[in-house]
Amino acid sequence: MNKTVNQKAWFFVIPVFVLVAFNAIIPLMTVVNYAFQETFGNNVFMWEGTRWFKQIMLSERFHASLGRQFLFTFIILFIQIPLGIAIALTMPKEGIGVPVCLVLMSMPLLIPWNVVGAMWNIFALPDIGFLGHSLNALGFDYNFTQQIGDAWFTTILMDVWHWTSLVVLLSYAGLRSIQPAYYQAAEIDGASRWAIFTKIELPKMKKVLTIAILLRFMDSFMIYTEPFVLTGGGPGNATAFLSIDLVKMALGQFDLGPAAAMSLIYFFIVLLVCWVFYTLMMRNEEKS
Amino acid sequence: MSLELKNVEKKIGLDTHIYSTNLKLEKNTINILLGSTLAGKTTLMQIMAGLDKPTSGEIWFNNKNVTGMKVQKRNVSMVYQQFINYPNFTVYDNIASPLKITGVSSDEIKQRVGKVAELLKLSGMLNKKPNELSGGQQQRTALARALVKDSDLILLDEPLANLDFKLREELREELPKLFENRDCIVVYATTEPSEALLLGGNTATLQEGKIIQYGKTLDTYNKPNSLVSAQVFSDPPMNIAKIKKSGDQCSFLQNDIQWKTRLNIKDGEYKVGIRPHNITTYKEGKNTLEIKGKVLISEISGSESLIHFTNGNLNWVSLSNGVFQKNVGDEMNLYMNTDEFVYFDQNERLVSNG
Repeated sequence: MNKTVNQKAWFFVIPVFVLVAFNAIIPLMTVVNYAFQETFGNNVFMWEGTRWFKQIMLSERFHASLGRQFLFTFIILFIQIPLGIAIALTMPKEGIGVPVCLVLMSMPLLIPWNVVGAMWNIFALPDIGFLGHSLNALGFDYNFTQQIGDAWFTTILMDVWHWTSLVVLLSYAGLRSIQPAYYQAAEIDGASRWAIFTKIELPKMKKVLTIAILLRFMDSFMIYTEPFVLTGGGPGNATAFLSIDLVKMALGQFDLGPAAAMSLIYFFIVLLVCWVFYTLMMRNEEKS
Repeated sequence: MSLELKNVEKKIGLDTHIYSTNLKLEKNTINILLGSTLAGKTTLMQIMAGLDKPTSGEIWFNNKNVTGMKVQKRNVSMVYQQFINYPNFTVYDNIASPLKITGVSSDEIKQRVGKVAELLKLSGMLNKKPNELSGGQQQRTALARALVKDSDLILLDEPLANLDFKLREELREELPKLFENRDCIVVYATTEPSEALLLGGNTATLQEGKIIQYGKTLDTYNKPNSLVSAQVFSDPPMNIAKIKKSGDQCSFLQNDIQWKTRLNIKDGEYKVGIRPHNITTYKEGKNTLEIKGKVLISEISGSESLIHFTNGNLNWVSLSNGVFQKNVGDEMNLYMNTDEFVYFDQNERLVSNG
């Protein structure tokens, strides 16, 4: 079959191109612009080359916030993924319980992020908050505004509360898509509950779990609003994750050059981890 | 060895899925459950297997009441319409899985898996995973899993329905051989009459949760006890027309076509069932009847041609050997083989011949 050549068709691409240019390329290029130059306002720029990148890469402050960021992300993935699967497994499979559970489960996902932060802040206050006051009444010395461990504990608990539902919903969808015949076949074989989970359910949920892990990684790695409202990055810099530190640098100290360089490095880390993770999962997929 | 259903009934809520059923399946037989979707084939099989409990009634196996006994203790295997294999296991491990759980020695597993794999032409792909295989090979793996343990009861729930035409034909021909020389009862559910005829054995025709007729496959086909049974066992659907009999003359109510019958029954109105392949574009059999038709649809299926036509306010379906195309609206002559007519009374029960 001969293809018709019509270069005019390119005109149809223009609206999308303009849209993408305005919402992605141009803002990103502004950041790139700042990352390589120094400015004192009045639209005066001086070329700095890779100076800001070197500075950021060697700065202990960046290493510390990057370390905190990875630690936080790994902890919440480690809790949310198994917990989400476990909850999904116990959810009802039919009847009125299904919609009730699904709605209840999606509630935390619908709450605006700064509301979540404010809620947990008040909830955890050691003097008047229900959680904080109760813990102290039980004899725990709990104060998330002053003690590093308590601040981490509260931030992680808040994130688990807010986002485990997403993993639950995805896992539940994955579980529901397994045909009943698989369970029957396993029953005929006399397979144990654990064998059914590891040999049927987990392999069948692999794709949705990949998506769940990827989404949770990206979201938690870029977390800003909730810890900002809850702890403001404190006490000290104990919960200053990458984005909180970035905003401090850009808007607090007005170090636009280093902040822009840091943004780009941050962006590439997210991109790199996602790419590596996705390629690994997909390679496994092809193999099996 | 025998499997017996005694007054088995299955209700879910207010819906009756299986009406009170009595059925006795004997050792070393293939038993076909033939019926359309939702006829109750799968429910009946699940009750037979012990995957589902009947609301009332009993299941006896080898003269022992096994109602409510768990499926693991029943030595049953089942093959489904979907290709059900463990996704992360190799073909070898999949086939071996029923044996591993029962604690057979690994040497014996190796030997038995090898034998079954050879039978099902899977020997070359024992190290592959199910999703690297074609649909046909995946279903062969599932069949191998069912055959590898010496089950007393093998249930196959439309095992060929999800395969494409060529693979279906291929596997369909191999199936009867697979069950030869096995000490077991095979139950095979299908929606296709041709599959039942090919497998032989016994056939039960099902409709809306009721077993209409059970007997040797050819008997069920040739002597349907009722119009419903005949319809279940006819694809494309049987032609049905009202007739009038007086003396040895029969005639359709819709037109004035007449024929002689040797049927020794009272005069009156009856219904006649004519299978599509007994209306052809050529004469077949000793006693043929000519019928004029106006073509509605003409379609070619494999090496056969289906012609839908009208005559006397009735729509008819004919199935002839050979490939030819007729134009819509064409007038043509077709021939009916009156020896193959099946007569039913007003209550749609078979009218006995003689």
